[in-house]
Amino acid sequence: MFGYYLQLAWRSLGRNRVLTTLMVLALALGIGACITTLTVLRLLSGDPLPGRSAQLYYPQVDPYPKDGYVPGQSKPQENLTWVDANNLFEAHRAPRQALVALGSAKIQPHDAGGRPFFGDAVMATAEFLPMVGAPFRYGSAWSADDDTAGARVVVIADFLNQKLFGGANSVGRTVRLNGNDFRVVGVLGHFSPQPRFYAINIGRSYGDGDGVFLPLRAARATEMAPTNISCWAAGDIEHLETAPCMWLGLWVELPDAAAVANYQRFLDGYVREQVAQGRFHRTDTALPDLMQWLRNEQVVPDDARLQAGLAFGFLLICVTNTIGLLLAKCLRRSREIGVRRALGATRGAIFGQFMVEAAIVGLAGGLLGLVFAEAGLWGIRHQPAEYASLARLDLSMFAFTFVVALASALVAGLLPAWRACVVAPAPQLKSS
Amino acid sequence: MTLHPMIAALRKHKAGVVLIALQIALTLAIVCNAVFIIGQRVQRVNRPTGLDESNLMLVTQQWVGAPSGDQPGDVDKLDSLQQADLAALRNMPDVASVVPINSLPLLNSSWNGSAALKPGTDLRGGNARTTYYFGDEHMLKTLGVKLVAGRAFTAADVQHRGFRDQGEPPIAIVTQALADKLFPQGAVGKVMYLDGSGTPTTIIGVVQRLQVPGTGSWTNGFVWNATLEPVRLNANFSRYAIRTKPGRLQAVMKAVTPVLYGVNPMRVLDDDSVKSFADIRAEAYRADVGMAVLMGVVCLILIGVTAAGIVGLTSFWVGQRHRQIGVRRALGARKVDILHYFQTENLLIAGIGAVIGVLLAIGLNLWLMHHYEMDRLPVLYVIAGVAAVLVLGQAAVFAPARRASNVPPVVATRSV
Repeated sequence: MFGYYLQLAWRSLGRNRVLTTLMVLALALGIGACITTLTVLRLLSGDPLPGRSAQLYYPQVDPYPKDGYVPGQSKPQENLTWVDANNLFEAHRAPRQALVALGSAKIQPHDAGGRPFFGDAVMATAEFLPMVGAPFRYGSAWSADDDTAGARVVVIADFLNQKLFGGANSVGRTVRLNGNDFRVVGVLGHFSPQPRFYAINIGRSYGDGDGVFLPLRAARATEMAPTNISCWAAGDIEHLETAPCMWLGLWVELPDAAAVANYQRFLDGYVREQVAQGRFHRTDTALPDLMQWLRNEQVVPDDARLQAGLAFGFLLICVTNTIGLLLAKCLRRSREIGVRRALGATRGAIFGQFMVEAAIVGLAGGLLGLVFAEAGLWGIRHQPAEYASLARLDLSMFAFTFVVALASALVAGLLPAWRACVVAPAPQLKSS
Repeated sequence: MTLHPMIAALRKHKAGVVLIALQIALTLAIVCNAVFIIGQRVQRVNRPTGLDESNLMLVTQQWVGAPSGDQPGDVDKLDSLQQADLAALRNMPDVASVVPINSLPLLNSSWNGSAALKPGTDLRGGNARTTYYFGDEHMLKTLGVKLVAGRAFTAADVQHRGFRDQGEPPIAIVTQALADKLFPQGAVGKVMYLDGSGTPTTIIGVVQRLQVPGTGSWTNGFVWNATLEPVRLNANFSRYAIRTKPGRLQAVMKAVTPVLYGVNPMRVLDDDSVKSFADIRAEAYRADVGMAVLMGVVCLILIGVTAAGIVGLTSFWVGQRHRQIGVRRALGARKVDILHYFQTENLLIAGIGAVIGVLLAIGLNLWLMHHYEMDRLPVLYVIAGVAAVLVLGQAAVFAPARRASNVPPVVATRSV
């Protein structure tokens, strides 16, 4: 029976090529636009550390002065001061925890002819790389002792190892950063979480990974400055350890809900203590997990969301259009339907026949939509945006394209198919 | 022509009428808002920075192994490094003038503060927010900004200081916008206090227009407020704005890297270090231009799809009413009456669609205003949108209506 419907649908679509082309084209354009923008949106709002992000939390406090405080509206600050970051860190209330700040390193190649160049640098404590699951090709992360001793050691990314050492095992060799020698203790494999959750409030949320990872104290001892500093009062940003400035992030690993509740209590207690000592004036705290933190920071650009919304509006219009055209087509065939009904076809059979026809339009639209989506993504890859090179159609989006296409076409086909199956056979036969 | 029979006829095609009206309404809502967004982006991109943008370029570089600026004597060492670069750049044959500067409009790297009429007014209590441009006596000439009152800096005015040293200069030049805000009766010779300091700064000149470096919405309150200070900042990095001789921009952009490496090879100068102002502008507005183009393309396709939908459904109706048209013609209706019938019918449906569309457009605009940074949709856009969809409907219906008017009266006599 299904084969017969297919054959009927095929003939019917072939009879009115212009109308069929129009339907398929409109549907394909709508689907192409949707899949392109959704792919970008998914890329931008993706989970940077699948499997680990649910256990990573970001404690926030508010060291600002009392004035300007609006209860319920003022939010805790994005970063911590050196003092608070260290107080929280030293308390060791989480199984694993790490301080992190972004910096920039001038990297000097060893060979005489090589020009110095910039690399993004991550200043962190020992547990940062193991905690976020960074893969090591050679060597390992530095130790907590290296942290306290201010050891000049560094972990470099694979692309930097390629550039400086030709990809060889460089553990034990030295890299010159900002005029100081650092000993390589580890070389990472590919490590590029998207978005770069630990660096999002400085406008470099996506793109290639960081070049060098080095112990926080050693980095500060060589005067590496954090990229993101915000101060609430005049202070000497040369001496960030004492200035009223926030520039550090603390990530803690909390394995279960009990640990989260414990940590929240600890954090609230810490803030109350600081208020009692007169260091703090505001008691608000926050402990978002990684994905919540990304949402709070609105890491996905407004334009990307606006484009996705526009694409869905576009698809809605295309579906409306398809309903109209399918309706016109099937009402035109009232007589044919009347004949089939008179010859014994049930309403269900007529309904099925028209839904098969809609499904064929949907599949064709999906196929063509896929081509449009690939073209759209190709266009985005050739944009100079930082996330551009990552915009690719993956298998799930590929499947999703067909689901959207079929669903749109079947929804579009419902009304026309319903109208077709309620056609009363007698008047249709009489009029001829 | 009375509308009564037309409405009676449309009742028989409820589904089709609703679909066309809905499609027109959605199209109107989306296109109105999209065109509004395009208009806003275009307006933003087209605002002049106040610079003479042709033949202007910027070099950003960092020295490696240079003093940090903390030790006594560091600032002088850094200044001599900068002076050496400036001398070399000014010696280049195709260079017209060079200024060491902290930033340029649209560069998104800025140093901002506040200007107040009274000393000691803190940051938040200042009378106007402003951005700062630090440069030497070649600043106005190199940037191509127009002096409208007072005088420009001379070599004797120019000081130099460490990047992080505090201190306000005795004299400064401000933009017209900032001058009007602070001293509506003329700013030259007046005194202001920068960043809450107690040291007076005398305004010696006013320039017509100069935009701030930031392009984000956070600068909306002070886009044209700039203060120019006769100060060479000394840090382990520097920026040089270069005005080349007409038509020699590309040549200087190629030649500048070897020249600077020739002065001192211990520096970071990569692909991003040398930029023409056109590059800076393109980069700053890339997202805006991309969004405008995308919205434009989507609007065009939407209009096309809607028009095609109208053509499709109307053609079907014409086919369906073949016989009735023949009857009307046989009863004396002229071709033009048939044409008008379909045109009026479309006007009626498009009108219903437009009314719903206006409501949807306003609703969508309110929603966008709530969730994104968006202004209220001006009435003009809505009126233009309504006119556009009505014209679109008429254009789309013309061909099928013409075909209908060509149905010969003899059709009435045939059994179909």
